[in-house]
Amino acid sequence: MNDPFPAPIPRPGKVYYFGTCVIDACFPQAGLAGVELLQREGVQVIFPQAQSCCGQPAHNSGFPDEARRVARHQLKAFARDYPIVVPSGSCAGMLKHQYPHLFAHEPDIEEVQRFSSRIYELSEFMVKVLQVRLEDRGEPIKVTWHSSCHALREMAIIPYAKTLLGQLKQVELVELQNERECCGFGGTFSVKQPAISAAMADDKVNDIVQTGAARVLSTDCGCLLNISGTLGYRQLSIPTQHLAEFILERTQ
Amino acid sequence: MTANARANILSRLRATTTQGSFAVPDAPVIAGLALSLEERIDRLRRMLETMHAEVQVVSSSAWLGALKARLRARGLNGLLYGAETPLGAALEAAWEDDLPPLVPYSESVEQCREQLFHIDAGITTTRGAIAENGALILWPSAAEPRLMSLTPGLHIAVLEAGMIFNTFAEAIDQQAWLQEGMPTNALLISGPSKTADIELTLTFGVHGPKELVVFILT
Amino acid sequence: MTKTADVLAFERNVTKALDDGQLRRNLRSAMTTLSQRRRALFADVEAFEKLRTQGQSIRRRALSRLPELLEQLEARCTANGIQVHWAETTAEANAICLDIIRRHGAQRVIKGKSMVSEEMHLNHFLEEQGIEALETDLGEYIIQLDGETPSHIIVPAIHKNKDQIAHLFHDRIPDAPYTEVVEELNAIARQELREKFRAGEVGVSGVNFAVAETGTLCLVENEGNGRMCTTAPPVHIALMGLEKVVEKLQDVPPLLRLLTGSATGQPITTYFNMITAPRRPGELDGPREVHLVILDNGRSSIYGDPERRATLQCIRCGACLNHCPIYTRLGGHAYGHVYPGPIGSILTPQLEGLDEAGVMASASTFCGACEEVCPVKIPFTEILRMLRNEAYARGESEHDVKGHGYRYTTVEALSWKSWALYNTSPGLARIGSQILGKLGQHLPMIGPLKEWTRTRIPPPFAPKSLHQLAQERGLDDDR
Ligand code: SF4
Repeated sequence: MNDPFPAPIPRPGKVYYFGTCVIDACFPQAGLAGVELLQREGVQVIFPQAQSCCGQPAHNSGFPDEARRVARHQLKAFARDYPIVVPSGSCAGMLKHQYPHLFAHEPDIEEVQRFSSRIYELSEFMVKVLQVRLEDRGEPIKVTWHSSCHALREMAIIPYAKTLLGQLKQVELVELQNERECCGFGGTFSVKQPAISAAMADDKVNDIVQTGAARVLSTDCGCLLNISGTLGYRQLSIPTQHLAEFILERTQ
Repeated sequence: MTANARANILSRLRATTTQGSFAVPDAPVIAGLALSLEERIDRLRRMLETMHAEVQVVSSSAWLGALKARLRARGLNGLLYGAETPLGAALEAAWEDDLPPLVPYSESVEQCREQLFHIDAGITTTRGAIAENGALILWPSAAEPRLMSLTPGLHIAVLEAGMIFNTFAEAIDQQAWLQEGMPTNALLISGPSKTADIELTLTFGVHGPKELVVFILT
Repeated sequence: MTKTADVLAFERNVTKALDDGQLRRNLRSAMTTLSQRRRALFADVEAFEKLRTQGQSIRRRALSRLPELLEQLEARCTANGIQVHWAETTAEANAICLDIIRRHGAQRVIKGKSMVSEEMHLNHFLEEQGIEALETDLGEYIIQLDGETPSHIIVPAIHKNKDQIAHLFHDRIPDAPYTEVVEELNAIARQELREKFRAGEVGVSGVNFAVAETGTLCLVENEGNGRMCTTAPPVHIALMGLEKVVEKLQDVPPLLRLLTGSATGQPITTYFNMITAPRRPGELDGPREVHLVILDNGRSSIYGDPERRATLQCIRCGACLNHCPIYTRLGGHAYGHVYPGPIGSILTPQLEGLDEAGVMASASTFCGACEEVCPVKIPFTEILRMLRNEAYARGESEHDVKGHGYRYTTVEALSWKSWALYNTSPGLARIGSQILGKLGQHLPMIGPLKEWTRTRIPPPFAPKSLHQLAQERGLDDDR
């Protein structure tokens, strides 16, 4: 059988883990779940304590100098040659695709390019590099899926996430009607254009509700923050969860 | 003012064309359609019909009969045609009294504006057609002026099947548009005039013809 | 943070648009239909990608030789008998039109759809001079009747539904019966306009592509009004932005397919009109004079910056509007400028200056839907980021966009500086996250948090950060 996702690199012994700032502050359990999924595959996970934010908020808001300062800090924190696994399509997109833009006219561009080439989104890494096979031990459940825009377009990793989800035999996935539409988070957009952001989040929540799913999954905690915040505000009790946490929960 | 504007604009554009890089990606090679004559006729017909044109594929010997059958008893006030074309000669030779009168377009628009805007039907030749997007190619001329395919409510177009090209690019190439030099007005027409400006509801017959009838002659 | 005038105006428009349930429903259904039709036409994703690269290549090739091509276009047009005019500003372009119209003693012009004429506010200008400018495209006709501007660059009246149009026609067109049947509404407009076409004195149109090698002006349309405006009157004025030129006739077929397919999912429009000359000796119709007005209005300054130049690749298909989650909720009017949606958000701040329209660059989540559909692959997010940078860049800015630095405030600059400091000082971050973890749900709802919690519950700050948990688990921290 042809492997639809050939491995880009041999299976490494060690990886770096970039936890992301949203996960760090609000969803550390999701971050840990990602760590455990990797460890379970026999990979040693290194978590540099010096790491912070990828710099995307400043990069997207018109403050490239500040974004570069923070980016260079990550370059230092992840100095060795290991692959860097990121449990977020958006932050991975920043590290992999935006850093080279941000540093296009900087003297350290080559170092940045080497750094960026080591970036993998978690589900991408699990499917492509680790070739994991999951065994579902959970009860039957109906879930729906939110594709973060950067996971979908910039990183194009949704096929990997859905491959993992597909391996969970008891899980029924009901897709959203407008799966490809943004939830309105957009980082600082959510507070700089709050009215538009809220209108988008509302529509997303309506779409979620009509699926009748018991849970909303995603690779991106930024979006989940927006979606769960809106669900909560509307007093709807549909839990949201990072894919890693969901997988761990069902395969232990 | 205009002379200055020209110089200023061009110098601004020139002042900057050398700075920085503006890469031009290579255009990929795209294989165009390569259909047989039968397939080209079929595709053209289907596409035109989707756009609410009526298409009749008919032999060159039978088409005048088919035209007459279509026009008889429709009560049209006239059929605008170009008298100086072979098509015009054929129509004159075959015309009969119970058909809408043939009206030649022989004076300039300034002299016959009223008539042009009130005549029910017009008939023109075509220079060819394009199978890929379902369009007729018209090159209006002194013998077949531009408004003939525009002001009448019914436009009848006559097409030689052999002139159906696979693609627009192929037509430009094989008919040597560049070498021949572009006419005052060249047109692609893919159906009767239409609009979807109200709630995207497609309706046919706006400012151009309400009906397009195409005879494809084999 | 203090809000600039453009931001305040935009916020007012946004509130109004979002509160208009009818508008949102009209837009939503229309945009869904348009994007479905587009997807159906370009169902073969690989083939579409190739075609799009071809489109991008053609447009970038043309732009990379823009000054020569414009000269070639002018020379060919002139040789063909088309009179070419250059205008640096919209005021100059308006004056050129007025002069032509006056010379022919015309009282009325009939117009085909042209976004450049919107940019010039030509109708308004002519009316001030006592000349009636009549829109003949059905959508444009509808909004002109209602005293509005287009809300979409392809389907200008898409914000209205048929009931609203039914009332409008009944109220504004003498003797028009009340009807909600689309065909009948269409027939009313046809009847009204036919008289005007017959009597038309000067026709005005836009230009979709201008072919340098032949001096040919190409126009796409469905209704036949474009052909009317360019054929029936004795004089035709074509208006084009200077970026519309392409090198060769063979560049036209792929662009045409990309344009009509991306706009409405049609393989081709009803009419594709290629005009190369005024009426030639012996010909019986067509205008005796054809004028081409080439407008700059800030485009040459965009051109000057190779990184912003891609903005000029646009072929005005409207696909980026149809797929934009923000446009589909606001419609075009909320943007407050002629070009709305993603293309408007990158083009307008550059044409009018950041201080006038910089807020448009902030109307994006960087979701990338526009980039995914744009038939000529404009890198929207890159340009948007650059514009956001410029909005804060004081002194000499890298890209020198008009009005740069207008948004700079010490407070905002300082807050990003502190953000950077926080994120580059592990010690500080550790203390910060401990405070966040402790205070968590008791943070004061001010600043961003206040905006966030207008429609959401507060973020669930965790008692322990991932940093802390990683340490507790004894994860190697690479030191
Ligand atoms: S920017 Fe691209 S998608 Fe938007 S109107 Fe222009 S060509 Fe179309």
